[in-house]
Amino acid sequence: MPLTPSSLASPEETSEQDYLWTLNFGPQHPATHTTLRIVLKLDGERVVDAVPDIGYLHSGFEKIGEHLDYNQYVTVTDRMNYISPMANNVAWHHAVETLCGIELTPRGKYIRVIISELARISDHLLSTGAMGLDTGAFTFFLYAFYQREVIYDIFETLCGARFTNSYTRVGGSMYDMTPLVIEKIRTFVKTFPATVDDMERLLNRNRIFVDRMKDVGLLTKAEALSFSASGPVARASGVPCDLRKDEPYLAYADFDFNVCCATAGDCFARYYVRMAEIRESLKIVQQAIENLPSGPANIGVDERTALPTKQQVYQTIEGTITHFELTMANRGFTVPHEEVYAAVEAPNGELGFYLAGDGSDVAYRARCRPPSYIHFGIFPHLIRGHTLSDVVAVLGSLNIIAAELDR
Amino acid sequence: MPCSPEILDALKQHCGEMPVSEFRGQTRVIAPQAKLFEVLAFLKQEQGFDFLCDITCVDYLNYRGATDRFGLAYMLVRHEEWERLIVRCMLNEPDLTVPSATPLFEGANWLEREVWDMFGIPFEGHPDLRRILMPEEFTAHPLRKDYPLQGRGERHNFPVLRRGQA
Repeated sequence: MPLTPSSLASPEETSEQDYLWTLNFGPQHPATHTTLRIVLKLDGERVVDAVPDIGYLHSGFEKIGEHLDYNQYVTVTDRMNYISPMANNVAWHHAVETLCGIELTPRGKYIRVIISELARISDHLLSTGAMGLDTGAFTFFLYAFYQREVIYDIFETLCGARFTNSYTRVGGSMYDMTPLVIEKIRTFVKTFPATVDDMERLLNRNRIFVDRMKDVGLLTKAEALSFSASGPVARASGVPCDLRKDEPYLAYADFDFNVCCATAGDCFARYYVRMAEIRESLKIVQQAIENLPSGPANIGVDERTALPTKQQVYQTIEGTITHFELTMANRGFTVPHEEVYAAVEAPNGELGFYLAGDGSDVAYRARCRPPSYIHFGIFPHLIRGHTLSDVVAVLGSLNIIAAELDR
Repeated sequence: MPCSPEILDALKQHCGEMPVSEFRGQTRVIAPQAKLFEVLAFLKQEQGFDFLCDITCVDYLNYRGATDRFGLAYMLVRHEEWERLIVRCMLNEPDLTVPSATPLFEGANWLEREVWDMFGIPFEGHPDLRRILMPEEFTAHPLRKDYPLQGRGERHNFPVLRRGQA
């Protein structure tokens, strides 16, 4: 049975009123950015209730995870959150490496830190930019999108793809960083802060923007915890959780950065936290690129997980065997007969994978804990009592990515 | 990091003996089906595990060495002093019903709906247990291991809605 107004789960006293209007917001609406559908119940312009309806993409990525091996699946993670695919790549292979008990090389760790922070900047730029666009700040959006292009250029130089990067591999990454990439990142770190200043000057005290964002979509600290919110959404409500500090993975313990928090818990606080996080990420990238350790980017041949270099393949018997084994179907490396949950701080919040390994090179179960899915569940709570035009502001501040909502 | 032994001791005192295992620094407790809600409530109210990170399920149909069909996993976090604990619950047919965790964590609402949709595990006391990702007409639970990757042709059997009937 399709979702109809009669199946709206709302309090008795409101659902009985016959003057309420039902409005289908989406699945295709310019302000939803992707295929999201929200069934709104309106009293005039006021939202009485909202029922998010998801499941329009049918990507089936958890089922596919049970049929692709650990290196092939990275291409699927690109499509989960196409705004920051690099962070998803890192999250997936972080989980696989936790399952296998692999410790990366220092350079490999730094490379992953750099790319996940660049992904965070790019994600926050899009999310705040779209937030501005939806509330009428078009110039801000153009500023944000131009800088995203610069980050895409860096990714293209790094791995050959702008959008669906698929950069990481078990035990390391596809390619090491070349001097050209390092130079481009250095230039970006130098030129970008001026744009952030401009962006903040455009919006932070902008009357229209502030009026549309302040006191809209309030989420208190207790509610944020109860609703399992994470990432900028939780931090804007005063939950000082950040996996980079709480359980430092990769090389995050080496860097000096702050966890950005706000206490208001409204849309403006979420915008503000994201802008502050861009600066902190920039700090991390700067420290990481200056202290980038030398040495191999991938772990060695003896671990038998990462592909050996061409030189090793042609000149050593170990390299030849490892290369052969890893590229053969149904050979690959073996993983323990165990289960593990590993999470990273993705731009939107905690992105975790629950992996059940059965000894073969294919995951027995690959569960993804996507932050957008959890945040979209909070949406009805945030929007009740606000007006129709606030739907856009709240949606933008939660940064819902439709591909993450699907399974 | 592994869960501190005091919490596990307190849990044992309060809810009885439970199998505890550890792998890569992650502590897992297997709660019996009848005591699942009690364990979750105790951990939240007495031990400060106030953040329910995730609920998921694994279908152990053809998993080597598995004795139970389904295994639920509740990822709990204590956010004050960062600590994780995974509460497992093993389920077998025909009785798959477990109590809903929604009275404790509001975030459990959608997570449980997803587990119901994908695995067919009913949560007793859930306020709104409908399918969330699959259409209402769908009868199977796609993430079960006995469900084929390419589906069973459900799409061809869906009723066609014309503009007049919609």
